[in-house]
Amino acid sequence: MSAPVLEVQGLHVWFELERGGELHAVQGVDFSLQPGERFGLVGESGCGKTTTILALMGLLPPSASVAGRVLLDGEDLLARGEETVSPHRWTDIAMVFQGAMNAFNPVKRIGDQIAEPMKLHGVSDGRAARQHVGELLERVGIPATRTSSFPHEFSGGMRQRAAIAMALACEPKVLLADEPTTALDVMVQAQILQLLVELADDFDLTLVLVTHDLPIVAQVCPRAAVMYAGEIVEIGMTDTLYHDPRHPYARLLFAATPDLSGDSEVVSIPGTPPRLDREIAGCPFAPRCDRTFAPCGTVKPRLLTTGPGHAAACHLNDPALKAAS
Amino acid sequence: MSVNGTPLLEVENLVTHFPVPRGVVGAMSGKPKRVVRAVDGVSFALREGEMLALVGESGSGKTTTAQTILRLVKPESGTVRFEGEDISSVSGRRLRALRHRVQLIFQDPYESLDPRFRVQATIEEPLLVHGEGGRRAEREERVRDALTRAGLTPPELYLDRYPHELSGGQRQRVAIAASLVLDPKLLVADEPVSMLDVSIRAGILALLDDLRRGGLAILMITHDLSTVAHFADRIAVMYLGRIVEEGPAREVIAEPRHPYTRALVSVVPRRDPRAAADAQILRGETPNPVAIPPGCRFHPRCPIAIPECKTIDPELRAPAGARAGHLAACIRA
Amino acid sequence: MSTVASAAGAAGAPGDPGDIPQARRRRGGVVWSILRSRPQAAIGGGVILLTILVAVFAPFIAPYGPREKVGPPFAPPSSEFPLGLDDGGIDMLSLIIYGSRVSLIVGFAAAAVAMLIGGTIGILAGYFGGKSDVALMRVTDYFLVIPDVPLMIVIAAIWGRSLTNIIIIIGVIYWTGTARIIRAQVKSVRERVYVRRAQALGASDSRIIFRHVLPQVAPLLVANTVLTVAVAIFAETALAFLGLGDPSLISWGRLIENAFVSNAISVDAWWAIAPPGIAVAVVILACTLLGTAIEDALNPRLRVGHLSVRRFRLRPMPSKEAS
Repeated sequence: MSAPVLEVQGLHVWFELERGGELHAVQGVDFSLQPGERFGLVGESGCGKTTTILALMGLLPPSASVAGRVLLDGEDLLARGEETVSPHRWTDIAMVFQGAMNAFNPVKRIGDQIAEPMKLHGVSDGRAARQHVGELLERVGIPATRTSSFPHEFSGGMRQRAAIAMALACEPKVLLADEPTTALDVMVQAQILQLLVELADDFDLTLVLVTHDLPIVAQVCPRAAVMYAGEIVEIGMTDTLYHDPRHPYARLLFAATPDLSGDSEVVSIPGTPPRLDREIAGCPFAPRCDRTFAPCGTVKPRLLTTGPGHAAACHLNDPALKAAS
Repeated sequence: MSVNGTPLLEVENLVTHFPVPRGVVGAMSGKPKRVVRAVDGVSFALREGEMLALVGESGSGKTTTAQTILRLVKPESGTVRFEGEDISSVSGRRLRALRHRVQLIFQDPYESLDPRFRVQATIEEPLLVHGEGGRRAEREERVRDALTRAGLTPPELYLDRYPHELSGGQRQRVAIAASLVLDPKLLVADEPVSMLDVSIRAGILALLDDLRRGGLAILMITHDLSTVAHFADRIAVMYLGRIVEEGPAREVIAEPRHPYTRALVSVVPRRDPRAAADAQILRGETPNPVAIPPGCRFHPRCPIAIPECKTIDPELRAPAGARAGHLAACIRA
Repeated sequence: MSTVASAAGAAGAPGDPGDIPQARRRRGGVVWSILRSRPQAAIGGGVILLTILVAVFAPFIAPYGPREKVGPPFAPPSSEFPLGLDDGGIDMLSLIIYGSRVSLIVGFAAAAVAMLIGGTIGILAGYFGGKSDVALMRVTDYFLVIPDVPLMIVIAAIWGRSLTNIIIIIGVIYWTGTARIIRAQVKSVRERVYVRRAQALGASDSRIIFRHVLPQVAPLLVANTVLTVAVAIFAETALAFLGLGDPSLISWGRLIENAFVSNAISVDAWWAIAPPGIAVAVVILACTLLGTAIEDALNPRLRVGHLSVRRFRLRPMPSKEAS
């Protein structure tokens, strides 16, 4: 195992609320990624996954405050805020945003928009940039002849490919993809996922796939983390997450996901996620959990190692606590 | 089954076209009129207590089919029979009566409720529109009843709330309650859970399933095959305005006979990371319904197309060895 | 408030309201909450309210009558007459106070007429679309194109100069802006899913318009009406200045006209000219402040998205509390 390309340590993000108080959107997230790894970050709406990756890029609004370290090849991107992040933004770590396919400038040609980050970051310019753009488009499955098309002339799937090309314009080491296939048809989704896997392999790209769709992660990412209420509740090989989950939420989330085989019954998880604008006593999932016991209401679980490369934040994995109850 | 055995809803050769505006210049220069053949000959039947899923990608015509059945859009030709009566061209009172017995659930729970109406008012509205429910107390009773049927108990807790005070799942239940208050026979659900969090989808789908068991017929429009596998009785797969395969849901998914269905089923991601992935990823995207390919409309993208496919437009028929009710429109099925 | 329940088996119905996602109930409506949160709206609203009170209680506030001669013509301001006297020896301060009545009446009434016409046309055009929309917008365009002041002069000359006529004239000229804005808003509301739902339900058009569309459009209508009040007051002032106002009524415009006609300038009697003008300006400003504040609040603000400004702040790691 070589040195990790990206290490997130103790990441916290707070948002100031208009009416006073704070929303603790990300509550101490840790993970590290090997070069060329495909990693999934899974969770439902409000769990903090998008905020987490925005924090990695330093793309948070003025109402946000951040704590923790984000080490890109050993260098802390958050050391001095914008100053330390911006030299690496797009050139080393880039993102395909949620709904990126709809965020193109309608009056500029696709080719120009993809070339823009190249110019901004001094990667290439003029004819070299045009050449580069053509190659990039081909690489993502768009004929280079379409460089001068406008966004509305592309289908949804093609626009998403163009968004991926734009993210790769400066040849970053890490690509963060936020719900890259959400609004797409199943077949197009399959094409895009296949593309992402190929690109990760060819460019030795580290891919972080953020989504609420578990099956996608099961298919594309050998390793994943499940987030709930701003924290990672379980992290490890996706195979283990499915076959031997150690956190009730991870288990229930899989159980709540319908599968094409249609055999087992699909469950739903009663209740709603907790509010993040106030302190939560004990385990944040306890109110909805089906396996709570004594400590769950008062003691907040920490991430405990449950196997090689696998950890879960649940008291059920703590032999000491189990024995005591 | 209704009393004399006729299906609740019968659709025959339904065709719905949308003209593509040519503009002044186009009209003057004599450009031929182009037409989007959104629904191009669709036939199926739905019985009471049955859930039929209309499955397809964008451009398949599934939403337009539903809109045509609901008479929100006028069909070009074909018939729609509801409870034995031809409703393809009714208007006025007959149409209103139809609106009474066929209700629609929308995809977006965040937009389908008027933000200024309390839950009580939203659910009461259908009663007021159709002049039902007599006195106020009687209406309130029916509203409470509908809320309970939709799983929002105790109803008193919800009556006075505004939509923005409810979660997505609760809002969708309110929408369902509003459609139940008139005691409809048929519910058309357009992607009822796609905008909800995974952990609460099953609750809504289970609710629909319960309603189905109570005799309600449900036509579900969706692109999500995994949901269909669990909750639908029958499935009709649409491509470019036609049904290309139809049959019992589990069977169609386990043994698809049409190459499009086969490809679709193969690319749906599975929960289990170990599930074998031999995905048949088709090239390109669904063509524009303005320019439907000749012969079999799927042949340009079909992995098993033969020369005949360019000229023959296959009919929906039972392939050899398939169980009863399983039909596919492919000459090689 | 965060309850920690035991095993989920005992949890309530799937639609458990226990943790209803945070949302504040709007107390008293949109407009009120805007007033409370923006100082410019409060100032504007306050001034308007004050003016209304002055107009209503004029007989009790004004030191003298509006036709009461209390001194020599054009007497300058003094401790007895803070704003001096006009050409007829009448107290300017009292005149200003009484003058507010007509100015405000015309302003509000004309704005109401404009709102009724413009709102109705806007709603019909926006909701029904198609040919009616085109026809109504053509009509709107015609009215938009005709220059306002000349038209007012012509109509006043033909119809006569009564108060009612003035109100109608102003209302009929200035409804076009409202119509366009309301039409645009109605067009977008019409596409909302809940409106489509009501249609699918079989609700009649009038029901949909009154119960679903109008409430959404009302705040914008209010904002627009307030702005129209400003325009109407100014229009009345202009008409009165041109001698087209009702000669028997006192309004601020009439006061300015009077000062002009009686050559107050030649005797440097600024107190006969400036105060009414300032009064008009202040009320118009107040209306504009209030109206634009409401309009601004109703426009979807360009939210500072996570992608725009990158000035997040750093914080030390929280200390690990013993849990």
